[in-house]
Amino acid sequence: MARPLSALEPGERGKVTAIGGDDDAVRRLMDLGLIRGTTLELVRRAPLGDPLEVRLRGFMLTLRRSEAEHITVE
Amino acid sequence: MDVAEAGAPAATHAPSPAHVRGGGVLHVALVGNPNTGKSTLFNALTGMRQRVGNYSGVTVERVEGRYRDAEGRSVAVLDLPGTYSLSASSPDEEIALGVLVGRAEGVDTPDVVVVVVDAQNLERNLFLASQVLELGIPAVIALNQVDAALAAGIRVDPVELTLELGAPVVATVATKGEGLDLLKQAVNRAAALPPASRQFELPAEAAAALAPVEACLVRGGFKPQAAGMEALRLLAVTTIGAHLSHVQGLAEVVERARAEVEAAGLTPRSLEAEARYGWIADVVERVSTRTHTGKKSFTERVDAVALHRVWGPLVFVLLMTLVFQSIFTWAEPMIGWVETLFSALGGAVGGVLPEGDLRSLVVDGVIAGVGSVLVFLPQITILFLFIGILEDTGYMARAAFIMDRFMRSVGLHGRSFIPLLSGYACAVPGVMSTRTIENPKDRLATIMVLPLMSCSARIPVYTLLIGAFIPSITVAGILNLRGITLLAMYLLGTLTALGMAAVFKKTLLKGRARPLIMELPPYRLPSVRSLALSVSHRASMFLRKAGTVILSLSIVLWALATYPKTRPAPGATPAVAQEQQLANSVLGRMGHAIEPAVRPLGYDWKIGVGIVASLAAREVFVSTMGTIYGVGSADETSGDLRAKLQRERDPRTGALAYTPLVAVGLMVFYVYAMMCMSTVAVVVRETGGGRTGVKWAAFQFAYMLALAYGAAFIVYRGGLLLGFG
Repeated sequence: MARPLSALEPGERGKVTAIGGDDDAVRRLMDLGLIRGTTLELVRRAPLGDPLEVRLRGFMLTLRRSEAEHITVE
Repeated sequence: MDVAEAGAPAATHAPSPAHVRGGGVLHVALVGNPNTGKSTLFNALTGMRQRVGNYSGVTVERVEGRYRDAEGRSVAVLDLPGTYSLSASSPDEEIALGVLVGRAEGVDTPDVVVVVVDAQNLERNLFLASQVLELGIPAVIALNQVDAALAAGIRVDPVELTLELGAPVVATVATKGEGLDLLKQAVNRAAALPPASRQFELPAEAAAALAPVEACLVRGGFKPQAAGMEALRLLAVTTIGAHLSHVQGLAEVVERARAEVEAAGLTPRSLEAEARYGWIADVVERVSTRTHTGKKSFTERVDAVALHRVWGPLVFVLLMTLVFQSIFTWAEPMIGWVETLFSALGGAVGGVLPEGDLRSLVVDGVIAGVGSVLVFLPQITILFLFIGILEDTGYMARAAFIMDRFMRSVGLHGRSFIPLLSGYACAVPGVMSTRTIENPKDRLATIMVLPLMSCSARIPVYTLLIGAFIPSITVAGILNLRGITLLAMYLLGTLTALGMAAVFKKTLLKGRARPLIMELPPYRLPSVRSLALSVSHRASMFLRKAGTVILSLSIVLWALATYPKTRPAPGATPAVAQEQQLANSVLGRMGHAIEPAVRPLGYDWKIGVGIVASLAAREVFVSTMGTIYGVGSADETSGDLRAKLQRERDPRTGALAYTPLVAVGLMVFYVYAMMCMSTVAVVVRETGGGRTGVKWAAFQFAYMLALAYGAAFIVYRGGLLLGFG
């Protein structure tokens, strides 16, 4: 089932099917290896609910909900 | 830019023996992802022989060092800013790319590039490494942190990786100095090896679409190989980059290539990342093995607490309290030593020199002026020690993670929090620490509001005025009115800083909200050597740059307070003579001159003098008032000065000159006014230096003065209307 990364629960994993949003943000995410087919795990949300911590390719990345909404996973 | 110059990078990259150029010095650039141990490797290679400066026109730090190789040849090493790719989408990345393609102003094009690759994180690190290799500069890969990788169950074969990449790979452990000799040897030989090239194929349609872009770049002076890498990069970026502004007609060619790629059913912005990561996944598969240890890593276990919904903020508050407290309490005795040292020095020199203007200049101008700069040093050192520890352990990124949501409500970034907090101690190190904020507009907004945070130099002013005019009354059973007043001043400054940040981000520094895309690096033990180096860099930067400005301004202030000379009245005590001298000096006349301007705030010329004199440093207000009231060496706890201020009467009306309302208004004035030469000097430097820096500092000074005057006016006049005072 396809849904935005921001909708995952902590501990849930998904495979990226589409990335959208702001050009700079997309470019940066792709440089870091977040591309179609990458497996992500939502590790946790920050204490105030935003940003999110995501595990990919063996490292931890943070991004805001506003970016995560444009990343579709399944 | 003429044609010959534009062709220069191609010429210097030609595979000639590297050591021929630059008087026998081999130029090496270090590039790598952040948190790969790149700086540790740099420190291990170059030792203490380092030079820290700025790249021209930007506040990206430029760190250079040297070492001698086994044959005695001098090798100059440039530590490029940490970067994840060559997309040139941040100032750091733009510098890194500019240097590598030979387009950074005032920087030698490297003969050899050392790409530092973290063995624990091979996939992401090879993205940048392969981009750099494709530029065709002789390169060596330092496969770093192999020990930590092994501990995590990751084994990488350097020989296999060499074969895959077409460039020599040397395994290193920079923290222990392992592999350095081999690395130095490889650097020496690299220039003679054939340059590496792209090891994967693009889809045929994309390759065809990119050919005209490459041709255009070659015409602009790129050598064919680097042009291939640049063309691919340009397909995905929105801005072409300053280093390519000289290439004619590039934008149009790139636009056409994008359209063609799209027509072929491919996505221009993901083409490079997907092709490169696809190839990297295969390489990693072939060169490394991973045994899952099954247990949670140290970092995961720490983060389970440090980023926990409840414990996380608690840990954060505790750490910040510790930092904040130590800046105040640990620095206090050291500030005392500096002051003692300088007054002893002044006394010693004063004893040697004959009485007169020269002695006054040296003792009251130069020594006291330099002393007033050096008292900031303890706080700067302690703050940067803590910032260094937070940064090097990896906690700084967590702090930004925790604070981002809150800071975003005023339009700032999580990274702005710690510089703002530092402002409570001293704006100078606070402004200097804004370098950790990537986005220039966020950084500028943070710098612009930072001096509104009540720093420790305001404490003497608050303490004097509160002690003299605010009654010690118990409020609500447990609180003291004096304490509440002090707290109110801190809150006023803080809330205004946040509010002004929001205003600036919505007006002057308006820009799209920048994404927060940040790695949370594994926790590490900081290296004592790196910490010592970074603290001493910051300290010397402050002393050199701010010191020269402040010293000259101190001399000017001294002259203003000393001339013209007043002959003391017969029989006057030294204190009275001093008071008369100050009243008749240029500074005293300036106090009189601005009296009409400060009258509406309820101040007389004496406070006017105090304000003019403390333009240099707020705490000077206290000692100036001491001089005016002939108290001799006054400080904020001086009961004598407090009593005199309380008894002072307006000569015209005979009413008390200063009321609690005047005092509150004056404190509000000091909350807002930017009265600190050191901060002005640092803001000039950190907002770009030169005319740009002066412009920003002048703007900041002006808006803060307007705030100060307006708020003090409202407090005083409003208070009168309400029947206070």
